[in-house]
Amino acid sequence: MPGRDESLLMKARPGAIDCDIHPAVPNTKVLLPYLPEYWRDQLVNRFIDRSPFVLQSYPPNSPIACRPDWRPAQGLPGTDFDALRKQALDAFGTKLAICNVLHGSIALFNEDMAAVLCSAVNDWIAKELLDRDPRLRASILLPIQSPDHCVKEIERLAPDKRFVSVLTLVMGETLLGNRRYWPIYKAAEKHGLPVCVHAGSTFRTAPTYSGWPSYVLEDYVSNGTGFENVLVSFVAEGVFQQFPKLKIVCAESGITWLPTLLWRLNKEWRGVRAEVPWVDRPPADIIRDHVRFTLQPLDVPKNDPDKLLRTLEHIGSDEVFLFSTDYPHWHFDGDDVLPDGLTEVSLQKLLSDNALATYPRLGEGGNIGQSREHAGRA
Amino acid sequence: MNAPVLDKTLQQRLSIVDCDIHPDQKSADSLSPYLPQRWREHAKMFGLHNRQGLIGQLGFPRMMANGRRADSYPPGGGPSGSDLGFMQKQHLNPNGVEVGMLVALGRNGMEEQNQDFAAALSHAVNDWQIEEWVKPEPRLRAGVVVPQEDAATAVAEIERCAPNPGFRQIIVSPRTAEPLGRRKYWPIFEAAEKSGLPIGLHPAGASGGFPSTGSGWPTYYLQEHYSFETGMQAVLASLVFEGVFEKFPKLKICFIESGFTWVPAVCWRMDKHWERMRKEVPHLKRPPSEYVREHFWFATQPIEEPEHPHHLMDMINWIGWDRIVFSTDYPHWDFDDPRYTFKINLNEKQRAMIFRENAKALYQLQ
Repeated sequence: MPGRDESLLMKARPGAIDCDIHPAVPNTKVLLPYLPEYWRDQLVNRFIDRSPFVLQSYPPNSPIACRPDWRPAQGLPGTDFDALRKQALDAFGTKLAICNVLHGSIALFNEDMAAVLCSAVNDWIAKELLDRDPRLRASILLPIQSPDHCVKEIERLAPDKRFVSVLTLVMGETLLGNRRYWPIYKAAEKHGLPVCVHAGSTFRTAPTYSGWPSYVLEDYVSNGTGFENVLVSFVAEGVFQQFPKLKIVCAESGITWLPTLLWRLNKEWRGVRAEVPWVDRPPADIIRDHVRFTLQPLDVPKNDPDKLLRTLEHIGSDEVFLFSTDYPHWHFDGDDVLPDGLTEVSLQKLLSDNALATYPRLGEGGNIGQSREHAGRA
Repeated sequence: MNAPVLDKTLQQRLSIVDCDIHPDQKSADSLSPYLPQRWREHAKMFGLHNRQGLIGQLGFPRMMANGRRADSYPPGGGPSGSDLGFMQKQHLNPNGVEVGMLVALGRNGMEEQNQDFAAALSHAVNDWQIEEWVKPEPRLRAGVVVPQEDAATAVAEIERCAPNPGFRQIIVSPRTAEPLGRRKYWPIFEAAEKSGLPIGLHPAGASGGFPSTGSGWPTYYLQEHYSFETGMQAVLASLVFEGVFEKFPKLKICFIESGFTWVPAVCWRMDKHWERMRKEVPHLKRPPSEYVREHFWFATQPIEEPEHPHHLMDMINWIGWDRIVFSTDYPHWDFDDPRYTFKINLNEKQRAMIFRENAKALYQLQ
């Protein structure tokens, strides 16, 4: 166990790639210009435009949704663009940051309404975020209710290389390995877009197998099991045999549940592999090759580098972690975003090498100027 | 082809407490002597009314012999686990079982939706355990099966059975209709605390009304089997966050058939996020992990097998050596053989604690 060598006490460093920040759409009216006429009328006439689309997983005034010193004087967390630049980018010396806009349209039941709203959000992202700061990249928000709509949206936006991944929540209607979602993975693989699976639920079903928890805190903790079941689903359904270049990024997932997943899934696969004959090698190896995890919220006890290092040893790779601040969610204070005790090599991988290996488009520079060309729909 | 890698002739020399043995009913009529006429007729006419799509088949068909060891079916016929003589010969004797804790699954009332039938079934299965297993085989101990969705009946059944020293725990399905920590179930915790018996939580076959995961139903048994572990994490979190242990400070919970290496991680997650969100749960006076350390035990099977076996040591160190109790899950397919369960070297003291002493202390076994 390493002592608390000063040189290993981590502070933010310039040049990092932040793989999970959360700018937010300030209100629904700003999306109106990006909507087709019929839907613009629908939103206005039905007063839908008078409320924002906020996910139940992140009650905006709850401590977890926004760090106190990052909370804007007014409006939703993550909606003050100048503050975001200062707090999320300048403060950490960030070279590139991936915007994961968790807009509530993905929880609607009307899949057509969800699709036009997701498109509007994505166009808003291009214009209001990506065009305004060259350090920003983004995930394409997927209207996951309809794989057809998802594929169309990926094809529409793929030419804009500043979109570097696609985004959905970990808990929704069906486990994400299910074949109904495979057209999405086909399109994502084709365009070099990792699938960012983010914490949160659309609450199509209870987040636990024994029903609905009482507390937001309980829901938030249950994201860990949500990720476990989704990764088991990806492996069992054979998604990575079908799409060998596909990468999954688990965002805001934590990492401490991962050793048990690797061990338990390997053992269960040895027992019942005849049921899933396409899973042709140990699941732990498949997961280490295809799945990545963002740093914050790091769920190892604070100030206990031994537990962190033991956990990393259990996971058996320092190439699966991606730096993130999870701005503006509140998981750490000041610039204390990095855990103590990592080696210089692991740190370099965490801060940028792993991200560059995961997101093919991050190395391509990002061709600003393509955005408007592709933002309009035919 | 799988080559045999284990020396099957090794003798099991340690005497053990096996915290998970499943006795089965020979046939649908096995409980008849313990059921009133009205329920015998009901059982025959309507059978069990569970929340699942199939009768006599599972929605996730098992990979082997209906989920049993293929060699565990008694030579005289009947389902595996239904013949005491064969259980003695195949498991209790050769594996040095000093005490075996029975977990009676299947026809038992935990999952039955007709509440009166559930009450009658629980009553019957508890009497059946004593008459047909514990009396003839003093190494076995029963668990009071309760219909947990009907707390008043569950309490009455606990009060009826607990005075009999043949019952050493209360068996509750973790797959409830509401998360187990919610107040609906508190009368059961109150009765358990009063009786001094721990509550054993063992995954049941049928759902309490919710899919196995927070993203709906899995496709394969591989996934369903995995969800026994994630489901238990949620149960643990519910019991802690609802403040059950502030209200019932002497309550003891044992998680059966869900492994244990997931426990440190869920404790760390709960602690970290509780620190941020504690205003939502002001009834908690301490970090969540402290309640877990004090109130929970974990039965080993199906033991997780790290790629580097010594990593298991870290997990036990973090959980506490006094909280791990051994179990085989006999006669189910994923039986953990006491000779080979631990692929790490335990010293004599550690071995004695896990294989015997911890369970004796938990269940007050003489």
